[in-house]
Amino acid sequence: MALRWVSEFRNGRVAQRLIERIAEIADRECTLMEVCGTHTMAIARFGIRQMLPNSVRLISGPGCPVCVTAQSDIDRFIAIGQVDGVVLATFGDMVKVPGSQFSLRDARTYGIDVRVVYSPFEAVELARQMPDREVVFMAIGFETTAPGIALSIIQAENERLRNFFIYPANKLVPPAMKALLSFDDVRIDGFLCPGHVSTIIGMRPYEPIATDYGKPCVIAGFEPLDILQAVLMLLMQIRSGQAKVENQYRRAVRPEGNEAARRLIDEVFEPQAVEWRGLGIIEESGLKLRRKYEHFDARLTFDVQVPQAKEHPACQCGEILRGAALPTDCKLFATACTPDHPIGPCMVSSEGACAAYYRYREVSLS
Amino acid sequence: MRVVSIEGVEAEVEQGGTRLRARIDLVENVKVGDYVLVHAGFAIQTLDEDEALETLRLLEMLGMGIQSTPD
Repeated sequence: MALRWVSEFRNGRVAQRLIERIAEIADRECTLMEVCGTHTMAIARFGIRQMLPNSVRLISGPGCPVCVTAQSDIDRFIAIGQVDGVVLATFGDMVKVPGSQFSLRDARTYGIDVRVVYSPFEAVELARQMPDREVVFMAIGFETTAPGIALSIIQAENERLRNFFIYPANKLVPPAMKALLSFDDVRIDGFLCPGHVSTIIGMRPYEPIATDYGKPCVIAGFEPLDILQAVLMLLMQIRSGQAKVENQYRRAVRPEGNEAARRLIDEVFEPQAVEWRGLGIIEESGLKLRRKYEHFDARLTFDVQVPQAKEHPACQCGEILRGAALPTDCKLFATACTPDHPIGPCMVSSEGACAAYYRYREVSLS
Repeated sequence: MRVVSIEGVEAEVEQGGTRLRARIDLVENVKVGDYVLVHAGFAIQTLDEDEALETLRLLEMLGMGIQSTPD
């Protein structure tokens, strides 16, 4: 059974019953945010938004790694690619994201060497194969991606590979969730917490969001029944006036997370304040290399100057990333901005809210 | 994805006909036949069969309209 733990969590009869239960207890307006791009995709793909009663609103948060990467970081990464001998290595999603001047895809036509890699180890391998070039890997992603990047740094260090660098732009989810609660233009009554990030961090980092901010948190899996059950669990908390951290995705998320993976992150990185697209600078929400590994930091090695970053004036990615606007609120959505001609990153990445809304805009209740 | 074979810190994993190579040094005690979550070339966690069955049991009870668990 190749698709184990997939079809069982797509049972239509059980889904129908869950939807009925949700409708029974949804006695007040509430807004739930999913903080994971994979949830955004699954919710759009299975038409879950349309299955829920009107009083339950699902909004997307800053869960798409490419989307939350600051324009200034993209510009600086491209500028480093203009340095003689440099090869840029990046996850595929990043290639089409517009920079202030041009995207990485367009950068190729200006002679910048851009390689798409599937994992950070492929970037390390590129560095091994090209000892006379300098390979710079764009380190984006959340707690799920950071352990693998940390491991690739340790491996490069062990091999004394001195032509491998990263552009450190990894981000941490719980600090962003707290920051979201400080915006006046967004109301959030509960969080669907990211399943994959939680396999690494476990349940504890969400505790302050429940106890200090009074917002229910449920870690959810990615199949329709997972998401519907998690919505039901959130509504039950809200109705009973509770706010706690619960784990719906127990088959993958251990309460303590993955300690070995966290140790790796901690060995190589330390938290720092970083800029998020749409959210601004958030304390302790990003990862920088510890002093011991600083020589891998491309920003310290390649001193490039970039002009002030520019975003398209009409693009609403920023508002969409903090849940203050829906993709369909943006004037550019599906007109000037499409996956083939994206204007903002939320339309580029397969995990972006705009891309998800666009791709599944015909999905209705089935 | 299902682990098909293991060689040192690398495994071949498979789902729905797609095969990939993934590093398995972020998770402990991975065996051939286990189901793992794979992210950017790394297995990040193994799936726990007992927990999966327990969640399905709870969902099935909800499906039958039973709202509390017997144990």
